Amino acid sequence: MTRAGLQALLSHWRRNPLQLFTLVVGLSLATALWSGVQAVNAEARASYDAAAETLGEGRYAQITAPGGVIPQDRYIALRRAGWRVSPVLEGRLDGVRVVGFDPLTAPNGFGPVDLSDNALTLDVLLNGVLFGTAEALNRLGAPDVARVVSAQVAPSMVLTDVGTAQELLQADGQLSRLIVLPEQPIRQRALAEVAPDLTLRAPQTGGDVAQLTDSFHLNLTAFGLLSFAVGIFIVHGAIGLAFEQRRPVIRTLRALGFPLRRLIALIAAELLVISLLAGTIGVGLGYVVAAALLPDVAATLDGLYGASISGTLQLRPDWWLSGLAIAVGGTALAATSSLWQLAQMPLLASARPRAWAMQSGARRLWQAGAAAGLLGLAVALSLVGGSLLLGFAMLAALLIGAALALPVILDRVLAFGAARARSVMAEWFWADTRQQLPGLSLALMALLLAMAANVGVSTMVSSFRLTFTGFLDQRLASELYVYADDAEQAAALAAYLAPRVDQVLPIQSVDQQVAGLPAEIHGPAAHETYRAHWLFLQEAPDAWPRIEAGQGAAINEQLARRGGLSIGDEITVADRRLPVLGIYGDYGNPIGQVLVTATLFAELFPAVRAERFGLRMEAGDVSALAEDLRDDFGLAEDNMIDQAQLKAFSLEVFDRTFTVTAALNVLTLAVAGFAILMSLLTLATMRLPQLAPVWAQGLTRARLGRIEILRAVLLALLTAVLALPLGLALAWTLLAVVNVEAFGWRLPMFLFPLDYARLTVFAVLAAVLAALWPARKLSRTRPSELLKVFSNER
Amino acid sequence: MLLRVTDLHKSFPGPDGPLPILRGIDLEMRAGETLALTGESGSGKSTLLHLVGGLDLPDSGTVALDGTDIGALDDAGRARLRRDQVGVVFQQFNLIPSLTVASNISFQARLGGTEDPVWTEALAHRMGLADQLAKYPEQLSGGQQQRVAIARTLAAKPRLILADEPTGNLDEATADRVLALMLELAAETDAGLLMVTHSQRLAARMGRELHLRAGRIA
Repeated sequence: MTRAGLQALLSHWRRNPLQLFTLVVGLSLATALWSGVQAVNAEARASYDAAAETLGEGRYAQITAPGGVIPQDRYIALRRAGWRVSPVLEGRLDGVRVVGFDPLTAPNGFGPVDLSDNALTLDVLLNGVLFGTAEALNRLGAPDVARVVSAQVAPSMVLTDVGTAQELLQADGQLSRLIVLPEQPIRQRALAEVAPDLTLRAPQTGGDVAQLTDSFHLNLTAFGLLSFAVGIFIVHGAIGLAFEQRRPVIRTLRALGFPLRRLIALIAAELLVISLLAGTIGVGLGYVVAAALLPDVAATLDGLYGASISGTLQLRPDWWLSGLAIAVGGTALAATSSLWQLAQMPLLASARPRAWAMQSGARRLWQAGAAAGLLGLAVALSLVGGSLLLGFAMLAALLIGAALALPVILDRVLAFGAARARSVMAEWFWADTRQQLPGLSLALMALLLAMAANVGVSTMVSSFRLTFTGFLDQRLASELYVYADDAEQAAALAAYLAPRVDQVLPIQSVDQQVAGLPAEIHGPAAHETYRAHWLFLQEAPDAWPRIEAGQGAAINEQLARRGGLSIGDEITVADRRLPVLGIYGDYGNPIGQVLVTATLFAELFPAVRAERFGLRMEAGDVSALAEDLRDDFGLAEDNMIDQAQLKAFSLEVFDRTFTVTAALNVLTLAVAGFAILMSLLTLATMRLPQLAPVWAQGLTRARLGRIEILRAVLLALLTAVLALPLGLALAWTLLAVVNVEAFGWRLPMFLFPLDYARLTVFAVLAAVLAALWPARKLSRTRPSELLKVFSNER
Repeated sequence: MLLRVTDLHKSFPGPDGPLPILRGIDLEMRAGETLALTGESGSGKSTLLHLVGGLDLPDSGTVALDGTDIGALDDAGRARLRRDQVGVVFQQFNLIPSLTVASNISFQARLGGTEDPVWTEALAHRMGLADQLAKYPEQLSGGQQQRVAIARTLAAKPRLILADEPTGNLDEATADRVLALMLELAAETDAGLLMVTHSQRLAARMGRELHLRAGRIA
């Protein structure tokens, strides 16, 4: 009996291969986009975990020096004073991050391998072994040091003992930081007493790489989910249609005594097989998507956050299993309502398939109510705000609410058009389009979401780029930036440069905790350059004159938001309480920043000397001066960066950041285009009974085909018009809610009408392309096919 | 002569090669004449009706309407012919579900630019549809839907009305009423009426009857 039932059910797919194709492709695409993004995220997270495991970053308190270099004798002095600290030296060599540590004093778990292995510890100490991935070790040209390949070490990093690191980095007697072990003796001399020039930093809780990059990954995940949702719309449509068309078979089977439960089980098993097949294809495609996206993601994370991730993709079991699970879960989600209807369907229900395209007024009312509720929730969440999770919940409510509202709004617009139609063709066109709406609504929802995502993300990216470009123009005012190798060279450079340029602006900074948060303290010289270019988002009266007089400080937006600081509040910098006189935008900086004038900076941090300089000069003289510095000073190429170079680099990093989202945008739009094509193709076969009478009454097939294209254009245009405000709302949420919560700064929103017009043209083109095939099919339908509609024996 | 059909042949592809449906049909009709086309299922009645209405093309032979050879017209020409000169009533009604009854009735006349609102309104009254004009087809009974289909055809005042089992889905009493109306209105507009039917009772009410057997006039 089961076999006979299955045969009857499966015969549907044999007779409707296009529907099966739609179902499998829709689910495969949805799974591919989702699992592709997940693969990228998993790879990046694995890299962070490796880095965190290796270095214990963020887990321990650390002692640092304002200039970044701790003399080794300070370490010895601290150990003698009872401090349980372990030295670390870091530097870059051949593009690889070299980290030297002391295996004997390092905390447990620090390092690539289990250092309780005494033989290995001894080996590290006596022979200077380099640990790293094969790629990192190959890149390192250091001679005569034993190398051990270790997958536990983060990509682009090499670990060794501190002595070998000092040798490799030519940093004799220098350390970068001291790790403070969690357990310290009760009695120890105060740090200020032993090493007053050093600073103790508490374990970081908000600034480590994983947290910094979390928002980036959250963005990617949100896009993956959005793409998956678009794909599930296709799946839902295909499954719903298959159920409708199989109603007569189902009724007949039940009338012949086939048990309902077994019928449901058979259909569920059939869907499980299809979803596993599509899931497998999707996971395979996802691997391709991830492999294509990963290099850009790696470049983005490296450029933006300094986080190194592996550039190669691994097939992790949890990843492909989750891909299959989401395919099965998505199918179950899409099939739930159909299975429920089947379970509830009375045996004597009409054997004729219901008009699939028709939708009851009650359902439309329910949909309108749900849409209004979700949009109301989105507005309420925008007013409440407060966390990244709420921001994304708001996005979800906004997008789903708008998608549900779309058919209702389109129905009203088409009814309005029909009421105002004058000619008979116009009247039929509007009324017929309205009738097609329920059948096309899932595809149109997919198009709405894809377009809104495009509008939203392109507005966000373009606003970001515009702000960032303006910000770079403000900040990178100096024509040339020069870096000295040490304090002595810095002093000589300052004297050499003073008569040759308009102004030498020393750049000096120290790292300190401010308002309980990690921050950089900068001490620029009082100069017109800063007054003219550092524009405040908020400021106290006479902010610059007061800052230049040492009466207060300016802070960046990140510090203001995270520390809850506003104008007039006081912050403590090196035991001095200073009022906040200005808050400035500081886009792209992950941590807080404080700006005090150079005079005050020298008072607060007398040991710090500027080793970097911004040079104000004629732009045309930059190359000549750089040449002189090379000749007269032996300054290396890396020690001089001209403004144009720096801007180009910054913009390159920026543009890479959004390559991934742009790629996902295109893919999502493509999936939506596919949804429209499949819906139109499916409807085309069902529409013959509606079109044949019109043809019989004197309309040519070619004209009917052209009208079908016009209908697709109209619906795409209407959807685009509705996608625009939705996309702008999405952009606003990303800029004013998500960005603030994720990065700590708010970006101004700009509008880009030309971009939106271009996107609308693309959407209409996609709809025309999708409509061309069914329209061509219709215009070439043989009269005998159309006549079957009228056949009495039909 | 309103209609002249000469040596008409038509076949359809079958599993064992072309399956001949019409094997040389000749017939003539004058304006205002009513003609019943009877025969068993598969005898070619509907196919002949479709060829006469320009809905399909013959393999050979000619169909001339008011002296115009339909086979010589292109797709657009045949569409114009259907719009302006022919009206078809189908057994399945084939109304346009997205339009109201009023719009369905005036649809073909408006397509051909021949709408006469007074005539359309009169038709709706005489068909007993005056109270149903704002409704949609799905809200009507089968008999009402067929009356709308007939009204739609007559509203355009076609020269030739082709009816394919127009009462096949109706009960006997309703069928009689519908046919009476068709005959009455066809006579008023001097239109020719060619009706396919299985019913000898209905065929007897037509001016003339032709019986088809295996693709030939018996």
